[in-house]
Amino acid sequence: MIINTHLSETAEVLIKSICARYKHDEHELINVLHEVQHHLGYLPEEVQQSIADELNIPVAKVYGVVTFYSFFTMIPKGKYNISICLGTACYVRGGELIVEEFKRRLNIGVGETSTDGLFSLNSIRCVGACGLAPVVSVGDKIYGRVTPQQVRRIIDEYIKIEEELEIAP
Amino acid sequence: MVKLRIDNKEINVPKGTTILDAAVKVGIDIPTLCHMKLHDMNIENKPGGCRICVVEVAGRKNLAPACCTAVDEGMVCNTNSVRVINARRTVMELILSDHPAECLTCAKSGECELQDMAHRLGIRELHYTGEQSTYRMDDSPAIIRDPNKCIMCRRCEMMCNEIQTVGVLTAVQRGFKSVVTPAFQHDLMHSECTFCGQCLAVCPTGALTEVDETGAVIRALADPKKTVVVQTAPAVRAALGEEFGNKPGTLVTGKMVAALRRLGFDYVFDTDFAADLTIMEEGTELLRRLNGYLKGDKSVKLPILTSCCPAWVNFFEHQFPDMLDIPSTARSPQQMFGSIAKTYFAEKLGIDRKDMVVVSIMPCVAKKYERGREEFAVNGNPDVDIVLTTRELAYFLKLFNVDLNSLPEEEFDQPMGESTGAGVIFGTTGGVIEAAVRTAYEVHTGKELPRLDFEELRGMQGLREATIDFDGLPLKIGIAHGLGNARKLLEDIQSGKSQYHAIEIMSCPGGCIGGGGQPYHHGKVEILRKRQQAIYLEDDLKTIRKSHENPYIQKLYAEFLGEPMSAKAHSLLHTKYFNKHNLAHK
Repeated sequence: MIINTHLSETAEVLIKSICARYKHDEHELINVLHEVQHHLGYLPEEVQQSIADELNIPVAKVYGVVTFYSFFTMIPKGKYNISICLGTACYVRGGELIVEEFKRRLNIGVGETSTDGLFSLNSIRCVGACGLAPVVSVGDKIYGRVTPQQVRRIIDEYIKIEEELEIAP
Repeated sequence: MVKLRIDNKEINVPKGTTILDAAVKVGIDIPTLCHMKLHDMNIENKPGGCRICVVEVAGRKNLAPACCTAVDEGMVCNTNSVRVINARRTVMELILSDHPAECLTCAKSGECELQDMAHRLGIRELHYTGEQSTYRMDDSPAIIRDPNKCIMCRRCEMMCNEIQTVGVLTAVQRGFKSVVTPAFQHDLMHSECTFCGQCLAVCPTGALTEVDETGAVIRALADPKKTVVVQTAPAVRAALGEEFGNKPGTLVTGKMVAALRRLGFDYVFDTDFAADLTIMEEGTELLRRLNGYLKGDKSVKLPILTSCCPAWVNFFEHQFPDMLDIPSTARSPQQMFGSIAKTYFAEKLGIDRKDMVVVSIMPCVAKKYERGREEFAVNGNPDVDIVLTTRELAYFLKLFNVDLNSLPEEEFDQPMGESTGAGVIFGTTGGVIEAAVRTAYEVHTGKELPRLDFEELRGMQGLREATIDFDGLPLKIGIAHGLGNARKLLEDIQSGKSQYHAIEIMSCPGGCIGGGGQPYHHGKVEILRKRQQAIYLEDDLKTIRKSHENPYIQKLYAEFLGEPMSAKAHSLLHTKYFNKHNLAHK
């Protein structure tokens, strides 16, 4: 397969084994995409092509599904994935101001990843912590009652972690 | 049966009928936009997406889309209440709010179903202004995609996926951002598109159109240094008349020849001549493979597949790369014509091939792509320079003030204008194989055919088969039109189930008469049947109806080519195929 020259061998083995587990059934496309994204973090073109080959469907169909569902992404997520809740409670308590501040500070848009690969920005719907609105999560860590002034501190927290990693032998 | 009332008219229809179809039975013509039903072919597109066909149903809170709502016992529908009319007009205005208002200069103007519907609904003012889509145009040698004019009817997607099973066009994204596009929003040229053109044959707007090359022809005709030669495909004469108000099925062969002379072409020739030539080559190849096979030669593969259709060639190069040795190596009639015109005929005229311009008039947009394939050029000079569709020829004639209907009937020029009935029927599904049978039978058996009309090979069914008695040898023939049907035959060959000796494949439903470059049928596929009848009528009117009896073909072999499949014939009239699997996305 000419196209798979771009694809790492591990990724190819992974896709093959996931598709095989679903018996190469085209109706399992969404489940296959979920699992592959869980392992690879995102679904670039060559991954979609490989899945299309395995399920014997046009790659256009795979692309249609990937772009239809906001959960799927073709852009690799940053090391620290920042999610800002824009559910009703967070929204009325200024969630959008938090989004704007992150966009300004990181110089990326929602759904994008910073060029150094450290941060990606997402907006999500209600996370069920309305009492803490507006809520921001970075990876597994939750920040409650976030104000725009706190945004810089949150970012700095992770930059500091990175700097320490660099200094450490 | 289900009883219901539509606009106070009582009607009984079978269970499962849609409100739209039931309404037609009582003379009520509910407007539709995304919906498209091609009777005969079992093709129906009813995504219920545009909401133009909404009607009021008593007891139902919201309006119902008539095209995809089944009737119920005792249902009471109203198709023209104030609420319904207002809803339709609002829907139309919302569609138009995200549609470029460039009707005056749009290639589809006058043929646009969106334009017609806006007119029918009496839209005189647009109340909604808002964000407009901005997509880049996608140019290819054959098809232009302008997604800004897409109204998401998804007819093209249905043709591309369900009928042709090519799977290039698909709806992506959601909401306002949704659009029909190839994977990763790549260009068609970087997809597995076959350029069959069935997407643009059904597109209601100018979102999908063919590349207009009339300008290049006008410039060539105006250049005194160029000898401009034109060839016309068989299906063109059976449809061109429609563009000048003639009934579908009107044959305009003689008038078309006269019209092309009025445009200033130096020689008006016929692709049918090259179709006869194709039969000589493809028929000989068929017999060689058949004889080898019968003698037990294991290296010989059967069935042999026809190779006249450029979209079909693209299809198997992309999708069945393991079967490149099965189709005939014969070039298509268009390419055979170009090759002979720029060698044999150019030599006769004593001119250099660079000073000759070969123009094709084709029912097809894939021919625009085919003519640009690298293998069909000599030192960068293509065998065929420009391809116009039937529709483009009609625009061209109107631009040059030529009224087709008032012209006398004239004859093609010689030597490449002489053709037989076998060449003519290339334009319809079943025709190529019937033409091949007429010649192969006589060459194989050495006997004269007792009959020339093979009704068992004719028709409109997507998949057909027949067994022709070759003097004791039962020759099994398969026929497919529409690439989805072709796929079925190919999968049978792959799995070793196929029993056929020879298979004819045409990409477009109906064959070339239903090509992507023909006058728009706007969903009325009975037009294709009329064109098919016209093709068989022309065959019937010909004195010579077998390719090998064409005197100018005999002369071409005697003077120039030698024998069918000779070394010279091979280099000028045959080709090879390439593995393009997944190459598109590289």
